[in-house]
Formats: sequence, C-alpha cells, structure tokens
Amino acid sequence: MSASADDPHVFPMVPANDQAAPSSSTWFASIFSVLTQAAQRLGIIAAGLILPALIFWLWSVATERRWLPEQILPEPALVWQSFKELWETGELQGHVAISASRVGWSLLIGGSAGLVLGFGMGLSKAVRAYVFPAFDVVSQFPVLGWIPLLIIFAGIDEPLKISAISISVVIPVAINTLKGIENIPRALFEVSRVYKFTLWQVIQRVVLPCAAPSLFNGLRQGVMQAWLSLVFVELLVSSEGIGYLMVWGRQLAQIDLCIVAMLVIGVVGIALELVLRWIETRLQGWRRAAF
Amino acid sequence: MSDAITKRDWRGLVLPLTFLAVWWLITAQGWVNTKLIVPPAGVFHTAVTTLSDVEFYEGVALSLGRDLSGFFLGALGGVALGTLLAVSRWADRLIGPTFHTVRQISLFAWLPMLTSWLGYGDLSKVVFIALSAFYPVVLGTFEGVRGVTQGHAEVAKVYGFTRTQVLFKLILPAASPQILTGLNLGLVYAWLATIGSEFLLANWGNGLGNTVFKGRAAFNVELIIVGMLAIGLIGTIFNRMATRLEQYSLRWRGPQA
Repeated sequence: MSASADDPHVFPMVPANDQAAPSSSTWFASIFSVLTQAAQRLGIIAAGLILPALIFWLWSVATERRWLPEQILPEPALVWQSFKELWETGELQGHVAISASRVGWSLLIGGSAGLVLGFGMGLSKAVRAYVFPAFDVVSQFPVLGWIPLLIIFAGIDEPLKISAISISVVIPVAINTLKGIENIPRALFEVSRVYKFTLWQVIQRVVLPCAAPSLFNGLRQGVMQAWLSLVFVELLVSSEGIGYLMVWGRQLAQIDLCIVAMLVIGVVGIALELVLRWIETRLQGWRRAAF
Repeated sequence: MSDAITKRDWRGLVLPLTFLAVWWLITAQGWVNTKLIVPPAGVFHTAVTTLSDVEFYEGVALSLGRDLSGFFLGALGGVALGTLLAVSRWADRLIGPTFHTVRQISLFAWLPMLTSWLGYGDLSKVVFIALSAFYPVVLGTFEGVRGVTQGHAEVAKVYGFTRTQVLFKLILPAASPQILTGLNLGLVYAWLATIGSEFLLANWGNGLGNTVFKGRAAFNVELIIVGMLAIGLIGTIFNRMATRLEQYSLRWRGPQA
C-alpha cells in the first residue's frame, strides 16, 4: 500500500458500529456481523454501479437536450429498440452464431497447431533447434500484417477468416506451451527416464500436470487474440458476423446498430472471461488436490 | 538451451533457406501462377525500388508519428489510472468494475464509433492507438503499485515524504518493473492498432498500412510482401528496443536470481 496511510480515502475509517456490536448476546453479534458484511458487499457492488449509472444519465441528458446530433449519439431508447428488433428477427443471434463458429474453428485449428509446435519444440531439442529461430522471427510480426497477403491467397471468404484468426491463436499457444515445458525441472524427466516411461507416459504424468498453468495461459491469450482478430477481420472484409453489423450500421449512418454491436461484443467478451476463469479455478482446484 | 540461442546454430537456418529454395524453384519452373506467388527476385526488386522511394518513408514516418503519440498518451493515462486504482481502494471500487467491463470490448470494435465521433482524420486513429496502449499499462501499473510493501511506505512516512515525493521516489520506482512490462506490451498493442486502423481506414490519410492495403487492391503482391516485412521489422525493432530499455532502466536491481 501507499505511504498515505493517514489518508481516509486509502484506509477508510472502520464503521464505529462494527466494534459497538452488542456483546451481551453472541448470537445477536454474529447475526449483526453477517448483516454488516452483507451490507458492505452490497455497498461495494453499488459503488461499482455509480460510474455506469452516471454515464448512462449523461447519455440520456445529452440526447434529450440534443447536445450532439442524433446521427452521432442516438438516444438510449433507440438503441434498446434496435436491439429488440435485431433480437426478435433473429438477426443478432445469427450474426453472433457465425462469429462464434469462426472463433471456434480457429481455436480448434490454431490451438492444435500451436500445441503440436509447442510440444515439439519443448520435448525435442532437435525440433527446437530447427524450428525455433524461424518461429521466433515470425511470431514477432503483428498478426494483422498477414491479412493482406492472406486475402491474395485465400480470397475474402471463410478461409481467410479462419486462417487469419488461427494464425493469431497459434503463436500464444505455442509460446506458452514451450515456456511451460521449459520450466519443468529437468530432474522430473530424469526420474521418468529411470522409470522407463514411454513418451505418452511422460506427456501424461510429467508434462501435462507441470505445464498445466502455462497451457492454460496459452489458451487464455489465444482466446483473447482470436476475439480481437475476429472483430478486425469482420470489420475489414465480411458480409455477416457481429463485426459486419457494425460496418453495416456505420454505412447506413445508424450508430444505434454500432452501439448494439459494441455492447454485444462486450457481453461476449465478459462471457469468455468468465468461462476462462471457471476453467482456471477448476485447474487450480485439481492442482491443489494433487498435493 | 540457452547456449542454443547464444551460439550460432546452423540448424535454425535450414527452415528459412528451404522455404526460400522451394519458393524460388516453384516460381522459376513456372509450376504455380507467378502472378499469385511472385518470384523472390521480384520481391527483392520491389524492395529496392520501394526503399529508395521518398514517399514510402513519408508513410512510415506518418505511421510512426501516430503510433508514438498514441502510445505516449495511452501510457501516461495508463500509469495515472493504474496508480490511482492501486493506491485508493475507493477509486478501485468506483472505477475498477467499469474499467474491467469496458476492457472486455474487443479493441477494434471501438473504431467505427470513434470515426463517427471524431471523423476519419488522425485524431480518431491516435485516440484509438492510445486506448489500445492504455489497457496493458493500467494493468501493469496496478500490479506493480499493489506490490509496494507496507515496510517501504512506513520508511517514507518516517522520512516525512510529501505526497509528490511518495509518488515519484517510492511508488513509481518500486513499481517500475511491472510498469515497464506493461509499457512494453502497450507498445506492441499500439503498433498493432496503428497498422490495423490504417488497414481499416485505408482510403483516408497516409501511412505504412495504407500503402500495403492499397497494394492489395492493385493486386501488387510484391508490394504487399515488402510492406509486411517492413511492418514486422518495425514491430521487432520496437520489441528489441523496449526489452533493452527495460533491462537498462532496471539495472539498479542488480543481477536477478
């Protein structure tokens, strides 16, 4: 913590009633502490909602008083209405489903390629010596730089999207897999050699348990990169998908569509984050149980 | 494994050389459509003409200008917000949830909104680049400042540091490793955002990304490859420089275990 320990904003005063809880009845005191804890938690949630509420309020006032033209900032009601229309016609779900399938396929293709590369380079010194220098150079290139070249080879249809997103997944997955395997203590491999483990046993009993956090990191970064490149590719060349919805709204000068798409992109991002966190806690739970 | 990197290992050259040889062979023999898969010599030729063209450097300079100005804005804001969130629990409670929610919006989703609010000029690009550098810097700074120990804070109190002194003599130096990591990542994202925004807004303004993307429209594969290599090279140079700078500015810590 900072040095401004006397700053009441840094170390908020403990509410006085916390200590003043009646000690005559321990039962009453415990109820009381549960209640204050619940109140505190509610307070924290409420504090987090102040800023969004303020932004929303500012937005409604700004549109009500017409501080900005409607083409630039539509009113919240209009955004809600467009959302409802898109939802009821099933258009929105269609776009999201297409985008999700693109991400899914790319994660599958790019993820498995990344795993193969990472395991290859991690487990075999020879593979590493041949492949790593080239991989290292290529991985420094921004993924987006590939896209014009990919358009020439793959056209602008589905193959382009899948290949572009897959490339963005391969690199973080491979790097993290490699790092995870590199950081396994050499002694463990020696033990497995003493026990005459087969390659499959080494992977199953040594590599996977030790490298699990790193593998997970690769997955997390891969998902994030995939989501980033998906929106980019769909904005660039696409005729469907959630990114296309934005382009379309922009072309029609219907910013409400853009805002809906942006909110949906945010919600999907949060959902992805929650799923990743759930996987992570399961992984960690499993790790703790192992020791 | 470290000696594989320090010692020149010829095996690392096998893959690139094979690639070049196959590329040369299939184009020289005419086994493929040479309009699509252009011969290496053509790329080399284009590289020479492009690199001796002043216009190319103008584009690169414009891109770099946008990249760096966006990065500095984003980094400044990122260090400020990261410090605030880490130092003040109330700021964290008030702003933190909104920040972490907004962060989940995929970066490029901001671009259509930004262009409709700020126009197609440099302003929206710079703001977009700043935003992309902002997130990693906030996260790095937050982590670093949270890591400042109570003991350090007490020493600062004993010495009667003012708030400014606490900020510049304790918090920021103590958090500098994580801040620098955040800045490094911010630089990577800023370059990504620069190139990305130039692709998406290829018809507006000038820059390295615009040149490459116009090459695509004209089906000039040589130019695309040269531009791609330039983009990658600049990104790599940034990366190397940032890593060097990180090592140099953290040398006071002494050799790490």
